[in-house]
Amino acid sequence: MDSFSGILVEAIGLILSWDPDVIEIIMLSLRVTLTAVAAACLIGLPLGAIVGAFRFPMRTGVIIAMNTLMGLPPVVVGLLVYLMLSASGPMGVLGLLYTPTAMIVAQTILVTPIVAALTRQVIEDLNSEYAEQFASLGVGPFDRVLALLWDARYSLLTVALAGFGRAVAEVGAVIIVGGNINHVTRVMTTTIALETSKGNLQLALALGLILLTIAVIVNGLLMAIRGTATRAAYV
Amino acid sequence: MSDKLIDIRNYTSSPSAPLLTARGLCFDAGGQRLINKVDLNVAAGRCTVIMGANGSGKSLLLRLLHGLIRPEEGTINWEGQPLDRAGRQQQAMVFQRPVMLRRSVAANLRFALSVRGVRGEERRAREAETLALARLETLRDKPARVLSGGEQQRLAMARALICAPRLLFLDEPTASLDPASSLAIENLIQGARENGTTIVLVTHDAGQARRLGDDLVFLHAGRIAETGPIKRVLDAPRSEAAQAWLGGRLFVPEKTETDSIKNGV
Repeated sequence: MDSFSGILVEAIGLILSWDPDVIEIIMLSLRVTLTAVAAACLIGLPLGAIVGAFRFPMRTGVIIAMNTLMGLPPVVVGLLVYLMLSASGPMGVLGLLYTPTAMIVAQTILVTPIVAALTRQVIEDLNSEYAEQFASLGVGPFDRVLALLWDARYSLLTVALAGFGRAVAEVGAVIIVGGNINHVTRVMTTTIALETSKGNLQLALALGLILLTIAVIVNGLLMAIRGTATRAAYV
Repeated sequence: MSDKLIDIRNYTSSPSAPLLTARGLCFDAGGQRLINKVDLNVAAGRCTVIMGANGSGKSLLLRLLHGLIRPEEGTINWEGQPLDRAGRQQQAMVFQRPVMLRRSVAANLRFALSVRGVRGEERRAREAETLALARLETLRDKPARVLSGGEQQRLAMARALICAPRLLFLDEPTASLDPASSLAIENLIQGARENGTTIVLVTHDAGQARRLGDDLVFLHAGRIAETGPIKRVLDAPRSEAAQAWLGGRLFVPEKTETDSIKNGV
């Protein structure tokens, strides 16, 4: 077996060569992950805000459910989505199994509880600060949710990032519903798993490095945005 | 009737019709009765000052009157009708610690207007007018939460006034402010009064009460101990609680219901 340093040098060489297959895998990974995070935010942000801002019967039960679902095992989600989308499943007619759309659906299911639960906490804290002022101003329920989401926007970026981190590193669900088909559903994590098992460690490590780089870039951007927001006392 | 007995039932702060009427207000928390059978009329166009020791229930009473919390017992009427959303939209409140939205100064004002459905040219005009009134024009684009305490309280006043409330509740708006900032807030209150806004002001500052107030309500242990024209109550208080407080003494009533019960509250 080649030494680690040798594999590392070859992996870096692969990255620098801008291999079209590697680029394709990266782009599909980003497309699937970003779409799933966007969908999860569309569902999770208002859901978390409503639970955080209002009192209603069974609210504690909803919060417990949201917190519990944050730890959903990806393979279980993958299996459930597989059963739904397989030819004999209730949504089999859509023909979505082994497509990027199926991977987006699975990742959305995984990420939505994370976004909703963390949003609930952020919004609840902010609402406790704003509640009397909003009541005094006569802010209605819809305006209240919008205002809380807007004023918590920088904190909610962190929430979205937590969702992104979960989705981009996820392998269990996407490999079940995507099938890891070359040029169709092969993303970074599934490729790393496959190529490692085949002994093609250079490609696996190259994709691992890119995954880490993406995480660093996203975190760096977020820190910069939060730094600006903190200086303006918007956090 | 004893000379210490002050009849506050049906007390009206002036001959003018009451804008807000509270009857038999009670509020409990933690198994304790914090507001106990308070009757109060707030007359239109007047400045009613609520004073009393810490923990006497002043801020709580203000929140009850504004409809922010529900009383256990009693009623609050706005122009003779039960206080509802429409009535509350004609009121505003400034809190002791101003709550600033995480937005610019101007956006804080715009938010109050947008909640009331004021948009377009009218919103721009009222925003500019109110910024000038509160002397905040140069700070209009600054994040509200980086302002000084005095500036934040001026913004809180401006945000309350921008919707032209008929009744303005002020909960110790100058507490912990320096004299210059306090004066700026008092000027805004005075300006609002001159425009016909009815004021209910909670303060510990007797000087401020004299400068701004018409009528005084003295609270003690959740009950109204004394009410009357401000000068009379401050110069010659009749209740033991008000006498003790104005004299700088701690007044702890005996468990037997004495002073305030005699007062009919």
